[in-house]
Amino acid sequence: MNSKYLKWILFLAALLVLLVVSVLFSLSAGEIKVSLMQLPQILSDKGSIEYTVLSKIRVPRILMAIGVGGALSLSGVVLQGIYRNPLVEPYTLGISGGAALGVAIAIVFGLNTMSFFSLPAFGFLGALVTLIVVYLLSIKRGGLSINSMLLIGVMVSFVSSSAMMFLMSISTTENLHNIVFWVMGSLDESNNSLIAIAFYSSLTGLVISYFFAQTLNALRLGEVKARHLGINTGVAIKLLFFVASLLTGIAVSVAGVIGFVGLVIPHLIRLIIGNDYRVLLAGSFLGGAIFLILSDTIARTIISPNELPIGVITGFVGGLVFIIVLSRSKSHFKLN
Amino acid sequence: MAKGDFVGIIGPNGSGKTTLFRGISGELPPLKGKMELKGLDTRKMNLKQRAQNIAIVTQNIEIGSMTVEEYVLMGRIPYHKQFQFFETKEDFAIAEKYMKLTGVEKLKGKYMNALSGGEQQLAGIARALTQEPDLLLLDEPTSHLDITHQVQTLNLIRRLSRELGLTVLMIIHDLNLAGEYCDSLIMMQEGHIRKKGLPVEVLNYADIEAVYETVVVVRTNPISNKPVVFLVSEEVIEKS
Repeated sequence: MNSKYLKWILFLAALLVLLVVSVLFSLSAGEIKVSLMQLPQILSDKGSIEYTVLSKIRVPRILMAIGVGGALSLSGVVLQGIYRNPLVEPYTLGISGGAALGVAIAIVFGLNTMSFFSLPAFGFLGALVTLIVVYLLSIKRGGLSINSMLLIGVMVSFVSSSAMMFLMSISTTENLHNIVFWVMGSLDESNNSLIAIAFYSSLTGLVISYFFAQTLNALRLGEVKARHLGINTGVAIKLLFFVASLLTGIAVSVAGVIGFVGLVIPHLIRLIIGNDYRVLLAGSFLGGAIFLILSDTIARTIISPNELPIGVITGFVGGLVFIIVLSRSKSHFKLN
Repeated sequence: MAKGDFVGIIGPNGSGKTTLFRGISGELPPLKGKMELKGLDTRKMNLKQRAQNIAIVTQNIEIGSMTVEEYVLMGRIPYHKQFQFFETKEDFAIAEKYMKLTGVEKLKGKYMNALSGGEQQLAGIARALTQEPDLLLLDEPTSHLDITHQVQTLNLIRRLSRELGLTVLMIIHDLNLAGEYCDSLIMMQEGHIRKKGLPVEVLNYADIEAVYETVVVVRTNPISNKPVVFLVSEEVIEKS
């Protein structure tokens, strides 16, 4: 086998091992310590406290971390690929702003009390409306301009965050608290169907993105040159944009705004294994999942019994690690 | 154009060289008329088929962290099946062959952004050849190169058109290089073809002065017998 492919397989295998290790660590850490040695025993005793803690709290949070972390990191890497811009992340395009605005509207108008599903639904609706607005505004006669799409996304993001600040300034203290709490992000989700949606949609996104791995590679040369290689860039870019945005929308609606994953993880993976999307897509997905599992474990254990918002950890750890790695790395920081 | 022809497109800025080029490459639809390649209407080709038949080397190759080999292998993308992830042994062999032919084989593990302009241009040609096209389009392949690399690149292109039977269409600003290397020339003026033919027919004092609005002197290269164009400065013209 070609040595390049072998390297990729080893890299992905190493990430899988790391994922398993993080899952085991996350299962055992917490206020109630669970020894991994006892795991088989605990699993057989469904009446024990440990079993309840694992099945009701830790396993669902791990699944959420995999779904949300994978989705954010994957959409980050895909968006960086289609925009050929290293600073793009899922939130740059206004999708999180839209989702946050949707949630704020729901809370201020008291729509969140209707059902457990209403907050995520409004978040997703906000993300979807933003996505459609950005997309429609970016279409010009004859096609889609990638750069204007980026600018419009940033502007829409500003507009929705202003609208949200307005809503926050006129809302009651309790509503304000709810909005702020939601915006800070959390993987604590009690509803199993929402967890399943987050988990399976991100896996589906990964599979879909792989159909476009070579397209993303060709786009490293630029849109025109990718077309010279026989790639229908117009269709591919639109499709990838929608997949990435929907993944972000779902992640934000179930977990709130968790920053940095979509920006930091793809770049770290690029620094380690290079810019070939055939390994980068799965690498980013796994990296995002691992990062969020570990961050969440830290967030719920560091000041236990209280819990930090996960965004605090991802921002701190992600940002610091990134700065250290980047300043030590000799290789130039390039995307394409 | 016949198989194996090496044709240069010349003309001042804005005369329609690039538009003609983009029409041929399929980026722009033809306003009227049609283009046929091996008897097939290029408008009816899909993007993949077109990429298998026409390869394009643009002026600047703006890529960063990609090795020469990875870059050249991209020329195989038009041949990949829908959703094919990996290159085949054949793809590697073809890329290897053209890296050898263009002399970039020894650079294959280097990153593209570590190469000189001349080396990048050669890698660009290797990538285009890996598409195994019938028609190779080159947009000013020598514009950023010193004379050593200009000559090296053009010698290579000429050899390729002879040995592989590759038809080459090249935009080139340097009239002397155009005259020396091309089998025939197309001179563009204001969106139309003003003249086409052998270098010696196209590169003459009257046509060049009319198209470029510049005073020139045309002589013959004593060794190659190809036309050579000399420029004359304003100061000298005023004195004489």
